[in-house]
Order: sequence, then C-alpha cells, then structure tokens
Amino acid sequence: MNAQQVLSQFQATGVQTCFHGRHITPQIYADLNGSNWRLKDYEARGGYQALRKILGKDGVAGNETGLTQDQVIATVKESGLRGRGGAGFPTGLKWSFMPRQFPGQKHLVCNSDEGEPGTCKDRDLLQFNPHIVIEGMIIAAYAMGISLGYNYIHGEIFQTYERFEEALEEARAAGYLGNGDGGILGSGFKFELHAAHGFGAYICGEETALLESLEGKKGQPRFKPPFPASFGLYGKPTTINNTETFAAVPWIIRNGGQAYLECGKPNNGGTKIFSVSGDVELPGNYEIPLGTPFSKLLELAGGVRQGRKLKAVIPGGSSAPVLPAAIMMETTMDYDAIAKAGSMLGSGAVIVMDDSRCMVESLKRLSYFYMHESCGQCTPCREGTGWLWRMVDRIHTGQGRATDIDLLNSVADNIQGRTICALGDAAAMPVRAMIKHFRHEFEALIAKNTTPTATQS
Amino acid sequence: MSTHDVPEKTAPLSAATLALFDREVAKYPADQKQSAVMACLTIVQRERGYVSVDDERQIADYLGMPTIAVHEVTTFYNMYNQHPVGKYKLNVCTNLPCQLRDGAKALKHLEQKLGTPMGGTTADGMFTLQQSECLGACADSPVMLVNDLTMCSFMTNEKLDQLIDGLRAAQGGAPHKEAQP
Repeated sequence: MNAQQVLSQFQATGVQTCFHGRHITPQIYADLNGSNWRLKDYEARGGYQALRKILGKDGVAGNETGLTQDQVIATVKESGLRGRGGAGFPTGLKWSFMPRQFPGQKHLVCNSDEGEPGTCKDRDLLQFNPHIVIEGMIIAAYAMGISLGYNYIHGEIFQTYERFEEALEEARAAGYLGNGDGGILGSGFKFELHAAHGFGAYICGEETALLESLEGKKGQPRFKPPFPASFGLYGKPTTINNTETFAAVPWIIRNGGQAYLECGKPNNGGTKIFSVSGDVELPGNYEIPLGTPFSKLLELAGGVRQGRKLKAVIPGGSSAPVLPAAIMMETTMDYDAIAKAGSMLGSGAVIVMDDSRCMVESLKRLSYFYMHESCGQCTPCREGTGWLWRMVDRIHTGQGRATDIDLLNSVADNIQGRTICALGDAAAMPVRAMIKHFRHEFEALIAKNTTPTATQS
Repeated sequence: MSTHDVPEKTAPLSAATLALFDREVAKYPADQKQSAVMACLTIVQRERGYVSVDDERQIADYLGMPTIAVHEVTTFYNMYNQHPVGKYKLNVCTNLPCQLRDGAKALKHLEQKLGTPMGGTTADGMFTLQQSECLGACADSPVMLVNDLTMCSFMTNEKLDQLIDGLRAAQGGAPHKEAQP
C-alpha cells in the first residue's frame, strides 16, 4: 500500500454524519448517498430546474420570460430565509441592498470558511451536493445582476475544495456558468464562478476578513461601514452569503417562498442543518425544519451519550452563550426561540455536554481558541482574549483568586462591543454565560486554592 | 530561520509549478493577481513541504507584489509551514467539540506513540505532530488532518496506530513530493 492508500482508509464517508436517514423533511441533504454528487445526479434530483425557471428555460408554457430580478428577490423575501452562517440576517433583504444599477463590476461571494467550533454542515454539503450551492449562487447573481463570484472554502477541507472545483468544471461544460456568447442557457445572462481556499485562519469566516483574504492579504476585518454591499471585494459592491443559505435558494424558487416559510415557522422559514457534536451517541449533521424542539434533535442524535444526564448545550457554535439543560429542553430550534432563551442559533452548531463535564475546563479550551485566533488588530481583543484564557486557566488549575470571577466579567465587558469585528464578542459571550449559569463551578475551584495569593486578594 | 537571516536560495519554481500558478491567477481580474497568493503558497508547500523566504520572493516576483506582503500572508495563516516539517504533518484537533470526544486523548496517544511532544518532529523526520484548532469536522472527532490535505475521521487509538504503522511501512507515494533538486 502506498501512503495515500493508507490515509484514504480513514477518510469520512458521510454515512455517520449525513446519510443516516435521520433528517426531517430534508431539502438540501435529500436523497444523497455520497456517490451522487455529480451534475447528472443533481439534475436527476431536479437540479438546475430553478435556474431554468428564472431564465424562462424550463419548457413550461407561459414561462418563456422567466422571473424578473425583482420577482426572484421577492420570492426569497417571502420565504423568510435567514442567513445560515450565524447572523440570521434576512437573505432577501440583503439581496435588495445590492445596488443593482451600479455600472462597474459587482461580486458575489460564498462564505464556506466553516471554522466555528462545532460546525461541519457546509463540509458535507459541499462534498456531497456541490451543485446545489452553484445553482443557488447563479440564481443570486441573476437577481442582483452580478457577473463574477467566488466561493471561499475552509482550507482544512482541501479535498472538498478540490471537489467543488470539479463540480464547477462540470457546470461550465454544461453551460450553466460562463461568459460565453449568448450567456447561460442562451439567456444573455453571464456569470463566472471560481473557488478559492483559506489556509487556517478562523477570522476569515468574518465576511470582511474573508474579502481581505480573497484579495491576497492577511485576514484582518475591515471597519464597517462601509458595508460590503457598497465597498466589498476590490472595493466594489459585494454580497456575501453562507454556503447553506445559497443551497436553500433552488428549493425556494422551485416551490415558492410561501412553501418554504411553511416548512419552518413565522420569521424562521425552511429547514436548517444542525451539526450536533459532543456528548451524544450519534454526532452528525441533521437537517430539520426550524422550530423543531431541541428534545427532538437530541433524540435524532441518539440522546446523551452512555445514558448520562444532559448538563448544558451551546446551541449555535462556540461563540454562542451556553444554556443549561432545563432551558434547552424547553426550547425549539429556531432563531427567535433560541434568542428568547438567551443565546443565539448562530451557525447551527449544537455542542452537547453531559453531567460529567467541568464547565471551567470547557470554557478554558474555548478561551484558548479565541486567544489563538484573534487577528491582533484591536487591542481589547488581542490583549483581552489572553487575559481571559490565563484567568480561566488559573482557576481551572487551582490557582484562582476570589476576585477572578468579577474580573473575568469585567474583562469580557471591556472586550464586547469595543472591537472592529465580532470575534471579541465571540470570546466574551461564552465567558459571561458560563459564569452566569455555572458560577458555582468557578467558585468551587477557587475555594480549593489555598495559596497565599488567594487569601490576600 | 528567521527573516533576518540571509535567505537560503531554493530551486527556481518549475514550469509545472508555474502552470499551476497560472491556473489560479486566471480566476481573478488581470489587475488583481495578488489574490492568487494563498493558492501559490499552498502549491509550493505541497511540492517542497514548506515555504522558504526565497520561495516567498519568487512568488512575490511572479505575482508582482512586495515580498513582505507574501510573508505577511505566510505568517498570518496557521497552515503554512515556515520551516521544514516531517514527511507527514499530523494536525489533531483538540477544540471543545473534539475535546468532548477524545481529541486531546488522541493527541496524547500520538505523543506517546511517536515519542515526541506536540509541536515536535520525530528523529527520523517522518512525523511532525501538532495540536490544531477547529478543522471543521466536529462530528467526526477525533479528527486529524494529514499534510494539510487528507482529513482522517473517527481516529480511535487503534486507528491511530494503524495509520502510523501503515505510513511507516508505505512504499513511496508520499503526499507531497520530495524536495526538488
């Protein structure tokens, strides 16, 4: 066996995380099996029919003119689709911000820099259904009059990046992409799409850091405003959406905005892919309608591991505030319900912790991560994330001081809202939430500290 | 080697490498060649195992950008190797979702198996072992990325042993090419 053969034995097949048959009314992950990712398979599932519909090329009598840009945007608005990358901003509204009449080059960017701890949905999506993202992007480009786009993919999933490039070649060869005469499917509309990759910087998931990275620079976020809609890639109007957001679009165009909205609940349309990790029997990606009870999602994931009791859940990726079990078991999985419960749906990364877990230790690992990934641009984040980690570390190792809990909150307060981008907030929020809900664990560890410094302070 | 040292000269980039560069440059507007810098660095790293300061200079010349701007990119992104590493670079994720599912244990197991602490390279130059941040494969934990390319999932201690023993026994077929003459 050669080295690559040795390694390939250990590659994920998607069976555990994606083709487990435990989704509820899936749209994006529907009918995938790992080998049907190619163009012909996607077309057999109804792929590129939404594109044909808007371009008036679906052969349906009476649809010769297709949909106007305004009609596409209105349909997406009606669907209630909200950004799947973390912020949950209404997609149709974002699309309407693009100055469509701008005479120069405009850009469309897909944010596939999936690095939020807990999130692995876009990996399976790009790996096993890449054309759905391509089709969603073409439709978005049509709606906003954009002729050039990029999909920026997490460098750690390099093989997925290579697959996406292969899918782009297929789409180009089939006439779905490109700047050739006559445009896409002879419609006159032209759109070219390329893939780019990151190489190990969490911060590039922040949209303006991603743009800097696409421009070949360090991924340091830009001050906003101006927002990308007016000053984006190469200083030109740019719309950026998450991978899953684009992937939701073809279904919406085919079935209508109202049908999508009805899959979820008001203001929270459609299905959402949740990446469930941590202390569950069956970690994986689960596509379920927004508004599904958390208890149901936990059940799909096989319940808490080894029959233990649920202690806490981080419901929306590592940046989201942690919630205790009792609150989680009463909530549904949608933007509004999770916000009401005191956290964020974020990217849909559900990190489950059982009753054996030390919350100080969990926070310590997250704090280390934010310190490691701070881009260094803003002092409160660059310095503050180090302070947070060092304090949580000393509490965890029995060197904590009685004043440390208040000091942690104070440092978090002095980071949150005082930085160019949201990484500072992302570092501060877990600290505050862990202390709020599990203060006794911090206190118990501090009480164990019998060194003189502890009694003096 | 720090950037203050006189850069060691590396071999000129091959025609094959430059052809790969061209393919990346073609993705961007003609006046935005710099956008291809990350891809070019990745291509060089895959060929040579790391990116030297002289490689950065060659890429800078090719893309028409200052060498220091290339160096900024190399040093900002975690996955670029600024120094030679083992034939196989093993990056084990230990972030929270992985920590909850034996990611840290996998790293410890490898430290013992390879006889090198994280951050180190085995004496025979075969393996460099690193702790890594989120690889974006949280449901597959324990996960490990090999040579920035192949994600290995559900890596129990038994599988880690199989992988290490398998790579030691493997004939040729190294994921990144040997250093060019």
